[in-house]
Amino acid sequence: MVAFELPQWTALAPALLLALTALVLFVFDSINPRSTNRPVVAGIATVGSLASLAVAVWFIVVGVGDPDRGGVIDVFGGQFVVDQMALFFMVVVSVVTALVAVASYDYMRDHAYQAEYYSLIVLAATGMATMSAANSLVTIFIALELASLPSYALVAILKNNRGSVEAGLKYFLIGALSSAIMVYGISLIYGATGHLQLEAIADNLDAAEEFGGILGLGILMLIGGFAFKTASVPFHFWAPEAYEGAPAPVSAFLSSASKAAGFVIAFRVFTEAFPLAETTAVIGVDWTLAFIILAVVTMTVGNFAAATQENVKRMLAYSSVGHAGYALIGLAGLGAGSELVLGAAMMHLLVYGFMNTGAFLFVALAEYWGVGRTFEDYNGLSVQAPIACVALAIFMFSLAGIPPFGGFWSKYFLFVGALEAGLFIVAAALVVNSALSLYYYSRLVKAVWIEEPVLERESLAQPTGLYAAIVVAAVMTVVLLPGFGPVVDVAIDAAATMLG
Amino acid sequence: MMIEALIAVALIGALVTFVAPNRIAGKLAFGISLIPAALSLWMFAVFDGSGNALLDGDLAFESQMEWIQLGEYSISWLVGLDGISLPLVVLTTVLTSLAIMSSWTPIDERESQFYGLVLFIEANLIGVFAALDFFVWFIFWEAVLIPMYLLIGIWGGPRRKYAAIKFFVYTNVASLVMFGAFIALIFGLDVGSFALPEIADAMLDGGPDGFAGISGSALASIAFVALFLGFAVKVPVVPFHTWLPDAHVEAPTPASVLLAGVLLKMGTYALLRFNFTMFPEEVAAFAIPIAAIAAISVIYGAMLALAQTDLKRIVAYSSVSSMGYVILGLVAYTQFGVGGATFQMVSHGLISGLMFMAVGVIYNATHTRIVSDMSGMADKMPVAVGILIAGAFGYMGLPLMSGFAAEYFIFFGAFGSEVLEYAPVFTAIAMFGIVIVAGYLLFAMQRTLFGPYRLETDYEVSRAPLHDIAPMFVLLGLIIALGVAPELIFEMITDAVDPILELGGDA
Repeated sequence: MVAFELPQWTALAPALLLALTALVLFVFDSINPRSTNRPVVAGIATVGSLASLAVAVWFIVVGVGDPDRGGVIDVFGGQFVVDQMALFFMVVVSVVTALVAVASYDYMRDHAYQAEYYSLIVLAATGMATMSAANSLVTIFIALELASLPSYALVAILKNNRGSVEAGLKYFLIGALSSAIMVYGISLIYGATGHLQLEAIADNLDAAEEFGGILGLGILMLIGGFAFKTASVPFHFWAPEAYEGAPAPVSAFLSSASKAAGFVIAFRVFTEAFPLAETTAVIGVDWTLAFIILAVVTMTVGNFAAATQENVKRMLAYSSVGHAGYALIGLAGLGAGSELVLGAAMMHLLVYGFMNTGAFLFVALAEYWGVGRTFEDYNGLSVQAPIACVALAIFMFSLAGIPPFGGFWSKYFLFVGALEAGLFIVAAALVVNSALSLYYYSRLVKAVWIEEPVLERESLAQPTGLYAAIVVAAVMTVVLLPGFGPVVDVAIDAAATMLG
Repeated sequence: MMIEALIAVALIGALVTFVAPNRIAGKLAFGISLIPAALSLWMFAVFDGSGNALLDGDLAFESQMEWIQLGEYSISWLVGLDGISLPLVVLTTVLTSLAIMSSWTPIDERESQFYGLVLFIEANLIGVFAALDFFVWFIFWEAVLIPMYLLIGIWGGPRRKYAAIKFFVYTNVASLVMFGAFIALIFGLDVGSFALPEIADAMLDGGPDGFAGISGSALASIAFVALFLGFAVKVPVVPFHTWLPDAHVEAPTPASVLLAGVLLKMGTYALLRFNFTMFPEEVAAFAIPIAAIAAISVIYGAMLALAQTDLKRIVAYSSVSSMGYVILGLVAYTQFGVGGATFQMVSHGLISGLMFMAVGVIYNATHTRIVSDMSGMADKMPVAVGILIAGAFGYMGLPLMSGFAAEYFIFFGAFGSEVLEYAPVFTAIAMFGIVIVAGYLLFAMQRTLFGPYRLETDYEVSRAPLHDIAPMFVLLGLIIALGVAPELIFEMITDAVDPILELGGDA
């Protein structure tokens, strides 16, 4: 196979391609400063992320990192690994990046800093792709910061918009705080075990016997860091503010890709570095308990908060908190040693990458039209823009988990996974929350399709980039249903490797 | 690949219609819908299946393809038709074509979206009747809700938002109850597949082991009850019927036609496939409460219809009683009972479709459906009124019409039931429903259609155009054909029903 004749580091190609794309954008910007040549910059970002996507998919198909066909590839002395899970999440990240890059073409039309915007997006994506492959607490922390720093700037990029600047500041402050907590947790873990590389930590858990309390505290702080990145309770407060204030494509990017990247680290750290039985013996507490509580609380808080919103973007922001709760089931269910539940969480994050990005891009479209922010403002949009509203209905019903859309599959798999792991309360919470979520999701569908417009609107423009991104996301949300077979295989295999 | 072709034509047609310009959408959708209608009639002509799809029968047009392997469970694309599902598929395709034609007059805004949704419903309905893997079936089952929600919500009457939400919430919650119970059952069964024939095999071959601390027999009983409740809402039976009149009255005519004609049959069809095929022991155990629910639905539905002043509400409530007959036929568990129930599904689909179309035509002309406002319509719209009367006779069970055959089979089957204790009592109570039905229909007809014309309106009330009348004639033709020659479909139905009865009833 070609991949193995190349140097090992080329296995990181999906992430490296994104980094290269960011550099190309910098070069373009330095040759041609202050360029507003949107087709070129958006084009570079899109082509770069699609190339990354293509390579990642190709790697998965030829079996890079597949234990049956050559095995996991260690890069840079085990600081990074390329396995099926890393590639799976690189796919999620690059898909969302491509969608956002295409959609931003119209949304950022009048913005002064075109090249800067796209390079920040691609840099953040590089950080997220690196997060997927990071295999040591140090590389994890660096990758996390590489993803976070551009994100702070992106949220605040509308410099003349108070909401955007305020959101950026809040996001930055909470982000800095959670980074501090996390890095302190890492230092405690290092202190207890003497290692940072994940397998090495696992191998040296016995040595940490006398520092059980310190290790436990370190793990708890690490969980805090993940909770921030994935917008899980209790570190979710930044999410509605940041998502609401940020430009909508950036909200889409953060709530889909950044969240997925946060989860991949959590999956890797807790399966590789802290095997359940050994860790429980040392710290005296089963860490899945923390995730069981987090999952139930996060999905409930997110859904109830979403149900009470009047502002569409805030509703989506809180609903994305709820979805973090669903994905946390993947970690909560690890106690049963079933690869199904972890695979189901990965599948949910992939489907979520399409449906949630699409939903936020529809908000971007509405902002582009200037129709307003509340449910009432969206009333009757389907008369002027039926295609986009069909896509919106698909996203909403899929997010609610109604067949025949992709979201039904992934939620169903999570449900079965939770049952198999014996987590009946979590499974019940999933069903109840899904039923509740139908209320506020269908409210948006009702607004655009059934309600009469409050005021007459001029006919609405059809920006090509935004439309293309939304339609692609909608088609993928539908096509994922019949095409789910391969996705299931990849996700379950990847999960099996992690637990192997 | 015939079934896939039917579904694909309807789905692609839905997409094409959705983006077509409004002014041609109606004709285009009608043209497209003729393809599945013609195909399904051809399938009806060459049908060579035998036995019951779930009980080792030979399926017609079967196709199977591995789809997803999830842990120990495999999901496959498994579709096929037997004598129970084929008539319902034909009913769906034919009724869709006719409903589309009957929408040309009343639907005058956002036509392309309307017809696109109608074709989308058709695809999913065919899927519900043809799918034999639980997952595939459930996807189609749930997917029907979305277009119906939009059809009621966008094109419906003044209280359409309320009706649409109520419909959606009621039926979706029912589906969740049913879904949860069935998944728990499959966990208990240890089959490793979602294929309904395999699940039925496992159910009849000892039933489920325990799951999550619940014993196998308790699990089977719980699943039976939960499935029954889930489907009962869709049917609907009293006391889960309250969404139906709201949805019907607010829905535009073509949506009512599909709702009464086909959507309600999803409930009884699923009852037959799941409850009455997989759980013969539980059927016997729960026979009396089910029969009581059936009898109450018949009588209470008819009484409610009697109390209505809105012509469309009368027809809507009468569906509750007609579907009560179906439940009675099923629980009788005899060849004539179950076969008659299936026959009644088809017959009621045709007759209620006809009635809703006729009421719709009169409403288009008069802009009222209130019985007391109308009088003497027979002079103004003789053809439509004639058809309405014919439909009402069908509902009352006049001989030589399909309603007579259906009700006769059901009562004949129910009287002789061995599974159901006190069968003659329940049957006699249900039969009294016929009297009430005849009463309210004749009363309504007499007041709206005959006597002096006195409607005060700004519109000119005149005869309906041909494209409003033509679909009703087709339906009337089918109703009479099935009434004169029930064996057209009854033989294939009993062929598929008999294997069920060998399990616990008497064939």
